[in-house]
Amino acid sequence: MAAKTLTIDGKMVGAHEDQTILEAARDAGIKIPTLCHLEGLSDLGACRLCLVEVKGSNRLQPACAIKVAEGMEVQTHSERLQKYRRMILELLFAERNHVCAVCVSNGHCELQNLAIELGMDHVRFDYRFSGFDVDITHNRYGLDHNRCILCTRCVRVCNEVEGAHTWDVAGRGADARVITDLKQPWGEADSCTACGKCVMACPTGALFYKGSTVAEMERDRTRLEFIVTAREKKQWIV
Amino acid sequence: MSFLDLDEWLFDLAAKIELVYSPIMDIKVYPENVDVVLIEGAVANEDHLQLIHLIRKKTKVLVSFGDCAVTGNVTALRNFLGPAEHVLRRAYLEGADIQAQIPSMPGVVPALLDTVRPVHEIVPVEVFLPGCPPPADRIRALLEQVLAGEAPHLMGSQIKFG
Ligand code: SF4
Ligand code: SF4
Ligand code: FES
Repeated sequence: MAAKTLTIDGKMVGAHEDQTILEAARDAGIKIPTLCHLEGLSDLGACRLCLVEVKGSNRLQPACAIKVAEGMEVQTHSERLQKYRRMILELLFAERNHVCAVCVSNGHCELQNLAIELGMDHVRFDYRFSGFDVDITHNRYGLDHNRCILCTRCVRVCNEVEGAHTWDVAGRGADARVITDLKQPWGEADSCTACGKCVMACPTGALFYKGSTVAEMERDRTRLEFIVTAREKKQWIV
Repeated sequence: MSFLDLDEWLFDLAAKIELVYSPIMDIKVYPENVDVVLIEGAVANEDHLQLIHLIRKKTKVLVSFGDCAVTGNVTALRNFLGPAEHVLRRAYLEGADIQAQIPSMPGVVPALLDTVRPVHEIVPVEVFLPGCPPPADRIRALLEQVLAGEAPHLMGSQIKFG
């Protein structure tokens, strides 16, 4: 296990060679905004919020998906990055329908919190205002596509932690949707074990517990974290 | 209503400003040379559209006040139903129990626009104050900056939607 030395925002940082820039930054107490990343799941660089600048490269790199290297010089909060991050957020808000005032996740939403953190006081792109379906066929949970940002946390947690692979993504671009089984209503998806891990993992109000009302739903991820720690560190801490 | 939550600070405010136009004032015409205007609500009908262009022409600083003005919010949910005639049909014909008919009073009831839009999609806006409704402390923070002659700048939890 070789160690690498790099600088992040001018600070010297040591990291394992198999760590990502995001992990190295986190260990050094530097916070990089993320949306699709969730501890314990594989990373795929879907949301691009964690983009950083690496000296010597013109392209911005997703910190969650790039491994550290010796002598790397990383910037995580340059003006250019702030500009792009805010733009990405605005596009997410313009694409579907985030009506925070009537959302189950109002006040406990990772997307909403990022908007606050990145200073997004309005969206400069024209809203698409196209209506999406809501699937409430499952007897315990619901899915509101209007709030989905296609981060695929649900897909990965279901596949990698629960091992059911009920979720997937169908369609392309603006038509992309998360689906259950072969695009059946969730309530008819036989592979679903009703474990609720997807609901715990979702960053927005897209997946919800039935019966939750506006601003009422808080996600408890402790059960998820317990499984991930047990797996990765072989520690069974309740 | 949230504005009224400013309580006694409203007296301080009244001493410093001259209120020249408001829905609760008996004035029909938007005046000239207005310094600051707080705009509530999205642009949803022909009257709103005319007024917002007029306001833009006669005002220095436009403030989009609250989520409906900034995003369209709940009032824009009707956009999914399609153009205005579909919305009216849904509300007054399909949704009616008795005497289904679409109200029409040309010149009195303004025609709906096909889509509800946030204010800044129609005219340039200088300041955004999200919130549903924006709480009184947020309104006060903004107005204090405006009164001090600064370009208002709200950060952190002061710009929370919802
Ligand atoms: S999912 Fe988050 S950002 Fe979207 S409407 Fe709900 S609270 Fe707002
Ligand atoms: S449903 Fe939630 S977890 Fe799944 S892709 Fe959409 S936002 Fe992400
Ligand atoms: S957190 Fe890295 S791309 Fe989403």
